[in-house]
Amino acid sequence: MAKVVARTGNEAMAEAMRQINPDVVAAYPITPATEIVMIFAKYVADGLVDTNYVAVESEHSAMSACVGAAAAGARVMTGTSSQGLALMYEILPIAAALRLPIVLSDVNRALSGPINIHCDHSDTMAARDFGWLQIFSENSQEAYDGLIQAVRIAEDPRVHLPAMVTTDGFIISHCLDKIELLEDSEVKEFIGPERKAPNSLLNLEKPVSIGLLDLQDYYFEHRLPVAEAMRGAKKVILEVADEFAKKFGRKYGLCEAYKLEDAEHVVVALGSTCGTAKVVVDELRSKGVRAGLLKIRVFRPFPGEEIAAALAKAKTVAVLDRSDSWSAQGGQVFTEVRSVMFDLPVKPKIINFIYGLGGREIDQGQIRQVYDCLQKVEKQPLVQYLGVRE
Amino acid sequence: MNGKPGWRELAEGDVVPAGTAEQFETGDWRTERPTWHPERCIQCLLCWISCPDSAIVVKDQKMTGFNYHHCKGCGICAKECPVKPEKAITMGPER
Repeated sequence: MAKVVARTGNEAMAEAMRQINPDVVAAYPITPATEIVMIFAKYVADGLVDTNYVAVESEHSAMSACVGAAAAGARVMTGTSSQGLALMYEILPIAAALRLPIVLSDVNRALSGPINIHCDHSDTMAARDFGWLQIFSENSQEAYDGLIQAVRIAEDPRVHLPAMVTTDGFIISHCLDKIELLEDSEVKEFIGPERKAPNSLLNLEKPVSIGLLDLQDYYFEHRLPVAEAMRGAKKVILEVADEFAKKFGRKYGLCEAYKLEDAEHVVVALGSTCGTAKVVVDELRSKGVRAGLLKIRVFRPFPGEEIAAALAKAKTVAVLDRSDSWSAQGGQVFTEVRSVMFDLPVKPKIINFIYGLGGREIDQGQIRQVYDCLQKVEKQPLVQYLGVRE
Repeated sequence: MNGKPGWRELAEGDVVPAGTAEQFETGDWRTERPTWHPERCIQCLLCWISCPDSAIVVKDQKMTGFNYHHCKGCGICAKECPVKPEKAITMGPER
């Protein structure tokens, strides 16, 4: 019998980390992710986990320590947000290139400046090209399940890439939500007792050097496998999700199609906004509008073919971006979604809304407004800002 | 680039056997060259402990000369040599 409890997103993440019981956690707390490592540090102090907890002096050092520990063969986790993730940026692509399956919980939060602590996706989107898997969560349950699955996915020999599982700052991280917890033994059995690293810096029988100078003649050949592993990760994510669904009953995919079958007007979004959009879809459906939602759960690897197939029958599509690329043709999600739709034989009309920067409220009224725009799409600009004062 | 392994043939994650720095000639970076004067050397091994590479060759606990394959000519050994009035290691132009 599943245990149903009330947990904030941060508590859910920390609970998953306790059950995963990683060998090493190196972290430097930052709002709104602070509680994740704070709660976890208490688990360490209380002897509930076997983890070697490394209190470092910055996020740059946190990720560096994670890379070192992972290169030694450990199962490694950390958590951060916004500026903290930004301070890790220098090390993130190193973890990917060295194929170290570090798992990070990121609480999505706006990048400064101006200084802001609230939700948007700019921190995670700026890290999209660093070779990390990126899994977004609609709620605490998805964050909890996603973090447990991420360990399996990242450590799979066909992947061997680091992974970040994200929640939306405050909206998920600090709001109480009803979630179902797995038993400790179930998590342990699902992820396996320990990471099986192909190499270890501490193995004296087979001494290795990891992360050496690599110039014009080898760098390219060492980076290309990251792309190959990332593409291959789609299959592994689905396999792990299938096994998770069989064992625990909750189903996940790369994307989630909500009432898309016969949908004419489709919104594409990530994260907690999808929950709000589902309510609006139901409401519009009751009024006879064929509305639908495509939630992108996994942004890296990018499920391009799956998105194109899911949107092929729509008449109009609005992509919601909670981050901006400042003069690109829309936000990061829009440019990629629009690109995969370019080769569709019949292209839906697609437009972009950039919304919610710095935690600006996104409510049902605004999403209703998006669907209204889709119903008179010819009059809409390619990209517009939603919820900003003119 | 011909003859070098393709990306599928390389070990995952830029992992190579340890100690390959030994094969890498850093001696050709040198613009100044250390010279050892054994007649003045007191065998204190300060040069050996100060060398940032592994360019002081010690045999049977005694300084015996330089490994010019690795010595970058930084001059730390000459600077640290305590022998007076003339040091047991001096620096001169490489060529």
